[in-house]
Amino acid sequence: MASGREIKTKIKSTQNMRKVTRALEMVSAAKIRRAQDLMKASRPYARSMRKVIAHVAQASTDFSHPFLTQRDNVARVGFIVVSTDRGLCGGLNSNLFRRLLPAIVEWQKQGVQVDVVAVGQKAVAFFRRLKGVNLIGSVTHLGEKPRLEQLVGVIKVMMDAYTSNGLDRVFLAYNDFVNTMTQKPTIDALLPLPLVATEMEAHQAAGESAYAGVKLEASHDWDYIYEPDAQTVLEHVLGRYIESVVYQAALENLASEHAARMVAMKSASDNANKVIGELTLVYNKARQAAITQEISEIVGGAAAV
Amino acid sequence: MTQTIRVDIVSAEAEIFSGDATMVVATGELGELGITPRHAPLITRLKPGHVDVLLDGGERQQFWVSGGILEVQPQVVTVLADSAARAADLDEASAQRAKQEAETALANRTDAMEIAEAQAKLAEAMTQLQALERLRKNLKH
Repeated sequence: MASGREIKTKIKSTQNMRKVTRALEMVSAAKIRRAQDLMKASRPYARSMRKVIAHVAQASTDFSHPFLTQRDNVARVGFIVVSTDRGLCGGLNSNLFRRLLPAIVEWQKQGVQVDVVAVGQKAVAFFRRLKGVNLIGSVTHLGEKPRLEQLVGVIKVMMDAYTSNGLDRVFLAYNDFVNTMTQKPTIDALLPLPLVATEMEAHQAAGESAYAGVKLEASHDWDYIYEPDAQTVLEHVLGRYIESVVYQAALENLASEHAARMVAMKSASDNANKVIGELTLVYNKARQAAITQEISEIVGGAAAV
Repeated sequence: MTQTIRVDIVSAEAEIFSGDATMVVATGELGELGITPRHAPLITRLKPGHVDVLLDGGERQQFWVSGGILEVQPQVVTVLADSAARAADLDEASAQRAKQEAETALANRTDAMEIAEAQAKLAEAMTQLQALERLRKNLKH
């Protein structure tokens, strides 16, 4: 019965594994709702901001903000990469990196330097190993309820690099939460802010995700009273807006993480079930075979006597 | 019925208040502001302080904001509140922290390499030990 005992320990360890994966699955299922609520709560802010920027940018054409003007010569680009802190969430992070890598390589082929700001342990680990990419800032351990404060630092690193003419473009890479089954690795242009011409496009883009595009109004016949003046207000609003977009991306990514983990752990539990079933079958067969052999030995012995 | 104006107070992290009011009082960068319905469009930065919302029934609700933006349109007042106390030097400090974290992450790469190297050496030493053990057993026989 040696093999029987071996199989039994294997069954036992698979059962233990199933316990863990089940627990992880349930934890994620519970957290996913909270993450979604957070996501929804931060949307009105971004929406209002977008309206204000579109208006101010159009109303005061006498100056141009660096965040809104396209630069023709691109010498350096920056990526803000939002990833998870922990693993066991299926291909979530690797899908994002796989999507990101060709984009980075493409820039590098054109002789463009690539700077990266990493959010989350996985991105830090990935870009630490990647050659030819500067990791200029990182933040990890955002937790279950990320606060904007935690992200201010990395965003400022990027914005400073952009305004002091180091960077010419900034992109934002994260997993867009479509629904529980689907998370879309996404790369959005963050700076300069893409100005979208028609309301349809802006609505499509801005409706659900953290997309940064600003809709341009066709025309309007009124203007704000600015206190203290338009330039100061626009600067302030733009800064805050970029922050809110990155924050939104972090939330999308958090919801994606839990969704991906839930699905991954569910399939892991299912697989464990299957393995346990098969092993039990093998175990029973082995036991049956042993008993049969024993009986036939006894019978054979008796017949010989 | 008195005229009311719609008030939305939102921060990046949550929707704080949404409803109709007869007046909104806030501290703008250039001074106190009282916004009543059909106010001219206005946009200003807010100083840290109270935002008072006077509801239709005469009730008064107070909110504290650590800064933000106040946007006024004839029918709608939007307060885009900062979610935390913000100041230039605070922001600078957190930016420094982000840079530092990246640097330590990069510095740890050498650590990881050292660990790998040490592990390789350890494995080598182990095989040597095993070989010695075997040799000794063979000698015994």
